Order: sequence, then structure tokens, then C-alpha cells
Amino acid sequence: MVRVISNRALNPTVYRMEIESPRIAERAEAGQFVILRADERSERIPLTVAECHRERGTFDVIYQVVGASTMSLAEKKEGDCLSDAVGPLGNPTDLAGMRNVIVVGGGVGCAIALPVACALSEKGARVTSVIGFRSRDLIILQEDFERCSARLFLVTDDGSAGEKGNVCLPLSSLLESGEKFDAVITIGPLVMMKFVAQTTKPYGIKTIASMNPIMLDGTGMCGCCRVTVGGVMKFACVDGPDFDAHLIDFDEAILRSRTYTAFEAEARERHCNLFRKEAKS
Amino acid sequence: MTGRHPMPTLSPRERIQSFSEVATGYDEATAIAEAQRCLHCKNRPCVNGCPVNVDIPSFVSLAAEGNFNEAYRVIRETSSLPAVCGRVCPQERQCEMRCTRGVKGEPVAIGRLERFVADNCKESAGPVKAAPNGKRVAVVGSGPAGLACAGDLVKLGYEVVVFEALHVAGGVLVYGIPEFRLPKEIVRRETENLRSLGVKFELDCIVGKTMTADDLFREGFDAVFLGTGAGLPRFMGIPGENAKGVFSANEYLTRVNLMKAYEADSETPVYRGRHVAVVGGGNVAMDAARCAVRLGSETVTVVYRRSREELPARREEVEHAEEEGILFRFLTNPVEVLTESGTAVGLRCVEMTLEEPDASGRRRPVVKEGSEFDLDADVVIMALGTSPNPLVRTAAEGLRTGPHGEVFADETGRTNLPRVYAGGDSVTGSATVIMAMGAGKRAARSIDEDLRAERK
Ligand SMILES: Cc1cc2nc3c(=O)[nH]c(=O)nc-3n(C[C@H](O)[C@H](O)[C@H](O)COP(=O)(O)OP(=O)(O)OC[C@H]3O[C@@H](n4cnc5c(N)ncnc54)[C@H](O)[C@@H]3O)c2cc1C
Ligand code: SF4
Ligand code: FES
Repeated sequence: MVRVISNRALNPTVYRMEIESPRIAERAEAGQFVILRADERSERIPLTVAECHRERGTFDVIYQVVGASTMSLAEKKEGDCLSDAVGPLGNPTDLAGMRNVIVVGGGVGCAIALPVACALSEKGARVTSVIGFRSRDLIILQEDFERCSARLFLVTDDGSAGEKGNVCLPLSSLLESGEKFDAVITIGPLVMMKFVAQTTKPYGIKTIASMNPIMLDGTGMCGCCRVTVGGVMKFACVDGPDFDAHLIDFDEAILRSRTYTAFEAEARERHCNLFRKEAKS
Repeated sequence: MTGRHPMPTLSPRERIQSFSEVATGYDEATAIAEAQRCLHCKNRPCVNGCPVNVDIPSFVSLAAEGNFNEAYRVIRETSSLPAVCGRVCPQERQCEMRCTRGVKGEPVAIGRLERFVADNCKESAGPVKAAPNGKRVAVVGSGPAGLACAGDLVKLGYEVVVFEALHVAGGVLVYGIPEFRLPKEIVRRETENLRSLGVKFELDCIVGKTMTADDLFREGFDAVFLGTGAGLPRFMGIPGENAKGVFSANEYLTRVNLMKAYEADSETPVYRGRHVAVVGGGNVAMDAARCAVRLGSETVTVVYRRSREELPARREEVEHAEEEGILFRFLTNPVEVLTESGTAVGLRCVEMTLEEPDASGRRRPVVKEGSEFDLDADVVIMALGTSPNPLVRTAAEGLRTGPHGEVFADETGRTNLPRVYAGGDSVTGSATVIMAMGAGKRAARSIDEDLRAERK
């Protein structure tokens, strides 16, 4: 059992939760994740560590409510307990030799991109952040990005804030400008990462994507997190989650990510009904 | 001479509707009658057939007298998990294979008797605990190897903490082997028993990630035992293997057993197919196939590249699987998972023939020319075996491991590092519960010897 220190909404569907676990807080580095279980019967949910508060022995995760299990997380209040938290899992993002970097985040993926951008700027690298959202009311962490980035580009699909369009727009002009970048690090929806990889490819810039496939144990035991990278099967939980974006088979990853879509919708429905019933009685 | 007493089971029709235990166990009269079949052979061939040399004739004769408590105590002298082993050991290839009674007729049902004795002993037969000796041991992994090691050490007066990566203790016994073969209540009882002896369990702790062995030494542990198992699933490397609907047996079984996906209101999904193909022939394959039947699949087919004689699964499980309507395609090997828009729809296979036995006596399967055919399958489960868990490599700085990630440890459980011991599937690759348990016990003995020597 681990204690929830706080849990608040960042936008209508994205929450930030602070969790007490001195062991995880002490060790987690940018790019690593944890697996949480809200209650005794909940699913195991992999979530990236957004920030560590070592002095308090706590860490933050930022998550989007998608299925019944993330709904159970969202219902937790300050002082409540989660059934389980295990981590840190996966390998930290390899930041060696990176001095001038573009970080591209999309939607809730920005929560994963932020610690990487922060770690880079703490190491003295020059960070250019490109963050994209569907529309204005879904924007999260803008100020946090402003703080750790030398430059920040904000785009929205509908143009309700920042430039209208997707993240590849500012990315292309940055690459076009002739400035030398050591790497592009991208985290967000699979489709977005696929296009980021396509955009950077002609420039031969090292591009790293952080994969978040379906996971179960997070220790290399089930293989449901497998992704094909350069024609070789990799397990994202132990070999990743970061891989060379130019080698990832994104189309396969997109198909695999939909394995449980129908089930999730049904479980969400059921959970809502249950919730409504409880609220009534 | 009478034959051995059959094991009562639920009817196949009842079974496939639930996850209740299939074999319901002897009653007392049957157990006594079966135990009376033992001939008390002087040369005790059955004992030599047992990987941990349980004193079979002694426990069987105590059972024949109805003295089940004492019989249990005898088994416990060499085995830590009698209720588990009685259910899952491949007795037909161990003790029962050597049984004198089996030469002309049927062997004594040693496994069934072990199970009866374990289920029916009245006392909690945990031997008395020695006084605390002030030494602390960290056991990594809570499978049979870890549990056995922890149990022996706590009884010798060590303070023992078991660190487990998952949210439940038991290893394969909880995430792999299904409820209908090994009720989880039995595993829980074993871990509760250890808790009552003073063993502490720290769940959700991955040694190598959450902390390392060196951290544990810094925290004051005097020795570390690595019983991290062989969980890394193998795949075939054939086209279509990453399609939707293709799973490792570990994923499928973990969703079903550990996450209880079969319960109506489970929050954890498992993909339920109409036509399920399971590739492999071991216990893992049988377990996956039998789970699929219980989850309502219309056809479940086990695809195995050798013949029935070579099936490595326990015989009883194969018989139960057949009774439950599972189809077997022997001498068949998949070459491709057929897909439609990224989802599995079938399995393309070739037929195999077995060559004449080679020097090692194994008959190598070879492809029969032009034998390709397709099976309908919207779920394909790969049960091809596993390699040692990958994270153990980072558990201790300088630990020697082999090309498949197996930890190098000798018969006594000693690794190349002082104070670091290992045993079970993490050392041997996937084997059996009894072998892992035996390795855990041997490592406990080595730890005790080494730490005693230090004290002198
Ligand atoms: C489906 C299935 C059916 C089987 N059926 C039979 C059968 O009928 N009869 C039989 O004899 N054998 C059977 N086996 C094999 C048997 O279960 C194993 O040989 C045995 O469990 C091995 O025990 P172990 O203690 O070495 O490892 P495991 O039981 O694998 O336990 C290892 C534990 O360590 C944990 N762990 C791993 N890495 C770490 C880490 N870094 N930090 C902390 N914890 C960690 C794992 O989560 C796991 O809980 C079966 C196996 C499977 C998968
Ligand atoms: S070999 Fe069979 S008959 Fe002989 S002692 Fe062992 S169990 Fe009894
Ligand atoms: S999540 Fe199970 S192997 Fe990666």
C-alpha cells in the first residue's frame, strides 16, 4: 500500500498525482516508469514518473483517464492509498552527449517529455520544446516547459492556442533553419511519433521515441510490450522504453495498441454505471 | 492384485464451465487402501526417483495406518511444499516411474497420497524454530525456490525478508499454474505459514531496479538468494507473430490467473478467441489451452512439432485436456500467423516427420515437403518455453551469467560472488517445482554453512 499525497485535475481528463514511496523517489530517473494498481482488483497501469521529490520521498505521475482502472486512480483523494506501486522500471533516457536538443511532446505525452526536458536543461543542454494539443482546454504543463526550455513552440490542432497545426510544422522549420541539433526526443501518440520520425529522417538526426505499449508485469515476463525495432523483437519494459525512432515499426505498434480498445470501452461503461449507482444510493 | 485407485474428478462438462479444481482428491478410506498397496521395498527405488528423496515408503506406511499428521511430518523433512508437489510434480517420470508395483501393474499413487496427506494433516506441521541468530538473509523471488529457501532459513533462526517483483507472492504457482490445477488458496496457505514463522514479504520490489543486492548488503543483509525464475518468454520469429491476437502463454496465463480475467467483473481484459491455437507441448501449453476452453472458445487446438510420446506435459494434464475437448495436432509446426488488417485469423502450418533417433536418442523433427495447411485461429498462444528473467543480470554487480541470462551457480547454490546464492529456474532455465524447491533448500544449507563459518 502506498499513500496518495495529492491528486488533481490538470485538464478535464488529465490528472497529476503525488505518491509516497521513498524507494522509488530515490532511484527514478527521467524516462523511467512505475506500475500502479489503484485497488485490489485493478489492472496494473504503467505510468512514467513525471517528477521526483527526493526530499519528501514522493514522486508524481500524470495520467489520462481512459479505462476503468485509470478512473479508479482519478477517484483517489489526498490521504487515500493505492494498492501497489512498483518501480522504477525501464531504462533512463540516455542523455549523454546531448547539448542542443529538440523535445517534441504531444498531448498527455508531454507529461513524459517534461522530465526529459528538465533533466537536459539541468545538465546544461539547450532545450527547444515543441508541444502540441488538440485544443486550448487540453493544454497541460505549458509553464513547466517554459521554465526548462530555451525556446517553446506551442501548437494546437484547431488553432485555439499557439500556432494551428501539428508538431511537425515547427519541427520542420527548426530543422530547415540549418541549426545543428544533437537529437530529437519525441513522446506522444504513436501516430505523432511516426510523423516526427519521418520528418527528421531526411536530416539524419538521431531521433529517440519513448514507447508506451500495453504492459502487464513490466519485468520482461509476458512479452505483451513487444515492439519491432530494426526488424528485431524488443520488450519495451526491459529493453526500452526509448528506441531509435527511425527503426521502430510504428504501424505494427499502432495495431497492437488497439488490442483491448473494445474491452476498455466496455469496462469504462460498466465502471461509470457502477459509479452512478453508488452515487445514487 | 488390485490396480491403483483412480483420482475422482469433476466431469468434463462441469469443469469447462468453471475454474474449480479438476481433481477433487481421495477420501480417507481410498487413501488408506491406496497406501496399503505399497510393498515397502528394501531398496526403495521410489526414493531414488524423487529429486529431493522424500522418504516415500515411510510416509506411505504411516498413511496406511491413518496417521496422516506423522506422514506429513515425514514429507516435510525433505519437501517444503507437499500440497503443491502432490498436485503438480510429474510423478510418472519420477518416483512412480521407479515403483516396483509398476513393473507388472500400476505404481502406487504416490503423488495422490502426498496430496491427501498434505490436505488432511490437522496440525500446522511447521517444525520448531531455532532462537534468532542475529543474521539477516534477503530472498529474491517468491516462487518455489525462494519459498523453500526462506522456510529453511527462518527455522534455523535467520531473519528472512522475501522481495517479490509482482503484487502477490508465489511466482509461477500464482501467475502461471491455473486455479483448476492448483488452487491459489493452497499457495496462500504456504506463504501464510511462512509469515507466521516470521518471514517478511516485501512485494512490488524488483531487485536490480528498486534496489540492488549491494543496497541490500548495505541495509544489513548478510546474504542474498536469487530465486528469480525463468520468466522471459520465447517466440518463434515467424511472420505475423506480433499481430493482434498473438500472445505468449505467460501473458495469457498471467491475465487469467494472476489478474483473474475469468471473473465476470474483472477489470483486466483477456482476449477471448473463437478458435484458439496453442503452440507447444509442455505443461504451459496444456494450461493455456485449458484456460481457453474455460473462457468459452469454440475450438482449442494444441500444435506440437513432435509426436504424442514426446509431449513433455504431465500425463494427467494431457488426459484432462483431451477429455475437455482440446484437439491435438501432432507433428505439426507453424510457419506463419495469417492476419487480416493486423489481426490474427489463422495459423499456417507444415507437417513434420521424426528422423531416426540421433546419438542422444532424440528424434529430430523435419519438415514434410509440400505439407502446408491452414488452421483457423483468431487467438494464437506461444508456449515455447522461457529463459531466465532478464533483470536478474543487474541484481548484483559482477554476477556471472550465461548467454541466456542464466545465473551461474553450482549444485550448492553458490555463485561467483561471496554472499550471493542462486537456485531454481533462474539457474537451470525452466524446469519443475520440485527441482526449484530442492535448489532453494540446498542454497539455504550453503548459506547457513557459510555464515556459521564466518561466526567462528
Ligand atoms: C504455466 C506453467 C505451468 C507449469 N506447470 C508445472 C507442473 O505442472 N509441474 C512442475 O513441476 N512444474 C511446472 N512448471 C514449472 C515450475 O512452475 C517452475 O519450474 C518453478 O516455479 C520455478 O520456480 P522458481 O522459484 O525458480 O521461479 P518462479 O516460480 O518463476 O518464481 C520467480 C519469482 O521471482 C520473481 N522475480 C523475478 N525477477 C525478480 C527480481 N529482479 N526481483 C524480485 N523478484 C523477481 C518473479 O516475479 C517470480 O515471482 C510450470 C510453469 C508454468 C509457467
Ligand atoms: S517402490 Fe512403490 S511399492 Fe516400493 S516402497 Fe516405493 S512406493 Fe512402495
Ligand atoms: S510488460 Fe510484460 S514483458 Fe514487458
